Amino acid sequence: MAINTTTPADLGPSGAAPAGAAQRSGSIAPAPTKATQGDVDGHLKIAFFVMLAFFVLAPFVVYPVFLMKVMCFALFACAFNLLIGFGGLLSFGHAMFLGTAGYASAHAAKVWGLSPELAVILGTGASVVLGYVTGLLAIRRQGIYFAMITLALAQMVFFFYLQAPFTGGEDGIQAVPRGHLFGLIDLSNTWAMYTFVSVIFFGAFLMIWRIVHSPFGQVLKAIRENEPRATSLGYDTDHFKLMAYVLSAGFAGLAGAVKALLFQLASLTDVYWTMSGEVVLMTLLGGMGTLFGPVVGAAIIITMQNYLAQLGAWVTVVQGVIFVVCVLAFRRGVVGEIAHRLKRNL
Amino acid sequence: MEIFGVPTQALFGQLLIGLINGSFYALLSLGLAVIFGLLNIINFTHGAQYMMGAFVAYLLLNKLGIGYWWSLLLVPIIVGLFGAVTERLMLSKLYKLDHLYGLLLTFGIALIIQGLFRNTYGSSGQPYPIPSQLMGGKNLGFMFLPNYRGWVIVASAAVCLVTWFVIERTKLGAYLRAATENPQLVQAFGINVPRMITTTYGFGVGLAAFAGVMAAPIYSVSPQMGADLIIVVFAVVVIGGMGSILGAVVTGFGLGLIEGLTKVFYPEASNTVIFVIMAIVLLIKPAGLFGTQK
Repeated sequence: MAINTTTPADLGPSGAAPAGAAQRSGSIAPAPTKATQGDVDGHLKIAFFVMLAFFVLAPFVVYPVFLMKVMCFALFACAFNLLIGFGGLLSFGHAMFLGTAGYASAHAAKVWGLSPELAVILGTGASVVLGYVTGLLAIRRQGIYFAMITLALAQMVFFFYLQAPFTGGEDGIQAVPRGHLFGLIDLSNTWAMYTFVSVIFFGAFLMIWRIVHSPFGQVLKAIRENEPRATSLGYDTDHFKLMAYVLSAGFAGLAGAVKALLFQLASLTDVYWTMSGEVVLMTLLGGMGTLFGPVVGAAIIITMQNYLAQLGAWVTVVQGVIFVVCVLAFRRGVVGEIAHRLKRNL
Repeated sequence: MEIFGVPTQALFGQLLIGLINGSFYALLSLGLAVIFGLLNIINFTHGAQYMMGAFVAYLLLNKLGIGYWWSLLLVPIIVGLFGAVTERLMLSKLYKLDHLYGLLLTFGIALIIQGLFRNTYGSSGQPYPIPSQLMGGKNLGFMFLPNYRGWVIVASAAVCLVTWFVIERTKLGAYLRAATENPQLVQAFGINVPRMITTTYGFGVGLAAFAGVMAAPIYSVSPQMGADLIIVVFAVVVIGGMGSILGAVVTGFGLGLIEGLTKVFYPEASNTVIFVIMAIVLLIKPAGLFGTQK
């Protein structure tokens, strides 16, 4: 059982069921469907190549900047999913990593005139450091408290950026130059930028895939399912949780740094709690604990925002409705549901 | 007259504002603690329900001509009933699942409520007049105390105290505390626990709505008024720990005062001071000042 642990009280009339069974069925990232190792990889590879083919072919049909935006948010959601889906930790403050990396890379590219690859590395590094500091605090509590603490820490970071002189306050850092990659490739060209974003997205996705299936990832899963038992097996669970948190922060930062270069803008929107809520929504809708779910969820939410943008506050209402429907009736998410039907991991 | 180089007038003024904010922190974190105690759910909708309280009071006044005093009584009932209905229809489906789903659900409901109100009333604030009986203020010698603000502090402290008394010192509260510890056992004694859960949620929501009515004449009534506040209240709850009712109240008022003092001595940090305190408390006593880590 991943989360909970705050109180032993089991609620409601049906709480009489053995605690272990009840908790496992209700775990926030449902245990994946059983499948043999060979099958798992085969299906994952097919799904991966479908995704690759989509992002190679789609820019000929769809507006490339839109696709790049989808990739940035997909990576952001994948990073978030690494923590909730595989580590069982619900962070409600992931926007702080997206925004911090955005500000750092935008500042590096615009004020210091660094090349884009260095700006991205610097931005990611800033998020990793922030992840380490906030992680040390947040992992001291579990479950609901973890969510509240990350949310509060993110709000603190938000207020810091609101007042800090280098962020430009409400205006943000505008007109960030995309620059020349390695001093050679001009990223103001849309196709060059598209390739740059794609390479980063797919590279990071493969890294997350590798992390999830590594011994480290398996230990994380063990902690998610039953932390006391993982402790009794001799694992320093706090250390593993912190590592997962920092990794997640790093990938979220990578997404934020690339996003800042893509839109040539770093703004307060990316640090605000609504952004933290959006990434939760993307992952929930796509399927927590699945590799491809966050990508699908991000694509759906970004598309929806694109079409509903002129409706103003209705976007918030629709997002709220999706939250409610997903939690009440669709907890596996889109990809999780497909995986369940196919009896395969995705 | 000056204290540490700060004019007393300004110092006490900010302390008063801190105490007012503290009243709202206390009322809201009290509601959160009551709900959490029995439902094990952090009610993310709390901020939206606080906002609803203010808006319902505003609508009662402008559409039906019902004034502040009746609102103070009616609004918590109306919004509390609304909360009870959402608990029956939605939250009650989640008790067997991981408690984080409750957090996600209530977050979704908060988005819906805030979005709907923003659609109808826009983002700008609506004015709500101070009731005529509480106009004006008193000169206390060292500072000027507006009557309404004094009333807010007294009234919220009284409500907090009554809530504490009901939960810790009455038969009803004893059932409630028992159900928090072991719902199955309490149910075996013939007490209708599901109804108790619904009532408790409704009561917690009612507290938020009450805070909303109290806040309406001070802050302008706007769809976003609860959104940022609830995050601060979360930090207050983490600092106090969910363990005790009195703890939530004391922490709420205390942090409001500290925030007020920060505004005087180091205004740049006034937005973040509560979060900083939260970080320090997490380092020293992770369970919170009044909490027990289970």
